[in-house]
Amino acid sequence: MSSSDPYLSRYADRAKGMTASEIRALFAVASRPEVVSLAGGMPDVDVLDFDEVGRVAADVLAHHGATALQYGGGQGSPELREQLVGVLQAEHVSARADDLVVTTGGQQALDLLARLFIDPGDVVVAEGPSYVGALSAFGQYEPQIVHVEMDADGLQPVALEEVLAAIVAQGRRPKMLYTIPNHQNPAGVSLSPQRRHAILELAERYDLMVIEDNPYGMLDFKHETRASLVSLAPDRVIYVGTLSKIFSPGMRTGFVLAPRSVRDKLVLLKEASDLCQSNVTQAIAEMWLRTQPWPDHVRAFTELYRERCDAMLEEIDTAFPPAATVTAPTGGMFAWVRLPDSVDSGAMLPRAINARVAYVPGRAFYADGGGHHHMRLNFSYADSDRIREGVRRLGKLINDELSLLQAFGR
Amino acid sequence: MNSLRIAVIAGGLSLERDVSLRSGTRIAAALESGGHRVSVLDVDQHLVDRLEDMTPDVAYLALHGRMGEDGTVQGLLELIEVPFTGPDARASALAWDKAVAKGVWRRHGIPTPEWISLSSDAIRDLGAARVLPKVVTRMALPLVVKPTQGGASMGVGYVTAADELTDRLIGSFRYHTVALVERFIAGTEIAVSIVDDQPLPPVEIELSQAAGTDGHYDFSARYTPGAITLHAPSRLPASTLQKATEVAMAAYEECGARHVTRADMIIDGAGDPYLLELDTCPGMTETSLLPAAAEAAGLDFAAVCERIVAAALDSASQ
Repeated sequence: MSSSDPYLSRYADRAKGMTASEIRALFAVASRPEVVSLAGGMPDVDVLDFDEVGRVAADVLAHHGATALQYGGGQGSPELREQLVGVLQAEHVSARADDLVVTTGGQQALDLLARLFIDPGDVVVAEGPSYVGALSAFGQYEPQIVHVEMDADGLQPVALEEVLAAIVAQGRRPKMLYTIPNHQNPAGVSLSPQRRHAILELAERYDLMVIEDNPYGMLDFKHETRASLVSLAPDRVIYVGTLSKIFSPGMRTGFVLAPRSVRDKLVLLKEASDLCQSNVTQAIAEMWLRTQPWPDHVRAFTELYRERCDAMLEEIDTAFPPAATVTAPTGGMFAWVRLPDSVDSGAMLPRAINARVAYVPGRAFYADGGGHHHMRLNFSYADSDRIREGVRRLGKLINDELSLLQAFGR
Repeated sequence: MNSLRIAVIAGGLSLERDVSLRSGTRIAAALESGGHRVSVLDVDQHLVDRLEDMTPDVAYLALHGRMGEDGTVQGLLELIEVPFTGPDARASALAWDKAVAKGVWRRHGIPTPEWISLSSDAIRDLGAARVLPKVVTRMALPLVVKPTQGGASMGVGYVTAADELTDRLIGSFRYHTVALVERFIAGTEIAVSIVDDQPLPPVEIELSQAAGTDGHYDFSARYTPGAITLHAPSRLPASTLQKATEVAMAAYEECGARHVTRADMIIDGAGDPYLLELDTCPGMTETSLLPAAAEAAGLDFAAVCERIVAAALDSASQ
């Protein structure tokens, strides 16, 4: 007799859900160049001058090698945190370096916050749809995630209030709201200014902690800056930021702006998790922010994505069936498509891979099984011609799927 | 065996790319540990160039799915005269299409569950959706619906009530345009692996409910370590296993297979074997059936890879 995993009886209960996934296996094909992948979430780092990045890295090692190659503190390097204060200022958020904790990308920030706040069974409220990585990070700590509907102006306060009231009516306490107010992943929309106030009022009334995740705020197609939730309610909002979309995801540099008591605990969790952030990447990021015209790069990223987003929307307009609708992204990296009711985007994925195009099925962005008729399309990585080609392939695919379903009377 | 230059061909563009890469990297490591010079080559438009540059003594095919198991790569390798493991292009093409292969077996008296095949074209262009109730009447429930081409249990669905047939067909058509509707045989799933014309001990698949599977040998059960328990050799009576092995060998010979192939079967309650499919590029991952069968025969993973390579070289020298 052979069970192919000798560790089977030793895994923790939480590992039971870790099974092989056909969808994950299908994505192995999506990375091939023959496939037009609109599935990923990668920025186009070709915008950067790699020689300049190289010079910065060399400078760090030549002049600060002894500290860069050493352990650092759990809160992150003070010099980098000073520069991150400048990044926050560009988002109209005032903070002090001491209020920040540097993390391995925004993702680790979400993990540490989940570890700090979520007990099994706690209620976490999130936009529906919401960022798949946040759902995964939270899911490790076994909360109940309740989604709240969005529209073109983002999270709907009326829907949020209904959800909160229903949770309270069950004798439960909604613990926190997780939100991406700007150019949301995956929906592409932004929370309107009026709604920001309305949502914070609800947070106050229901004593709800808010986690504001803002990776895409600066990628605004009109180059506008929206008031952050943390600037409106600093005592109620914990803010997560990252350099992944304005510099490089390879730097794995994120950060949390939190009230002092939370900050102290995050430092302890960070130390328990990985001792400290890499001093090399922190030093490169610090010197990059200090010496380079990074706002110009952000503008270049944004202009590029806007052009690609326009190409995507234009092509969708002609290639997709009229019953499919798409959000009009305000910035960021993603468009969110609603397919005709009969089409299940997850079930259609193998057909897409065979047609050499990839997207992320909508169900990935819901913890409650929703999203079957949606797909997320990325416009930040492939160039406009590839995006158009990918959308054309998708359009044909959706039409083929519809005609098959119609033949079956669906 | 002397040190050889071996191209392990893995990956490709089929839906089973991930499984193929897992098989391929494991095979490459095993052959390297035997002192061979191994390169893992992906399947793309540069494959021929890479093979001609490398001039391997033999290519080990670790491909699964379309363009890997269907005879395409095999035909190409025959054309450029690179010896390779597994059945030749014709045998691969025959075994690849389940409806075609079942027809051959039926003609040669090899037991296989009753089936019909239905194409999405017939549904779309000939109005075949109207006759689906006849399928249920003629075949009798329960049924299994699967793409006629493809593996890894992708697109396989079970029909226990008549109104489920449509959904299962639609699901199958998303993987391939022709679906096989097969009578479901309740029983024990076994696999008989054949290496260098010799059958290995049959392996019996026992699903572990504790591992979160839904009761079928589906993709998750296949590739989640611990989701299944493999009994190698199978716990079934020796006479039953003998019968199953004879069926596997008969199919292997009728198909013209060689070097390495796996026969997947169901043994019903009466102990009768039914052949489901022949896999001419069997999986070689940590959870795969052939390595478990080899181990039961006293061959470790590296040894079975060596034997398959030796068989391929032997064919080439004849």
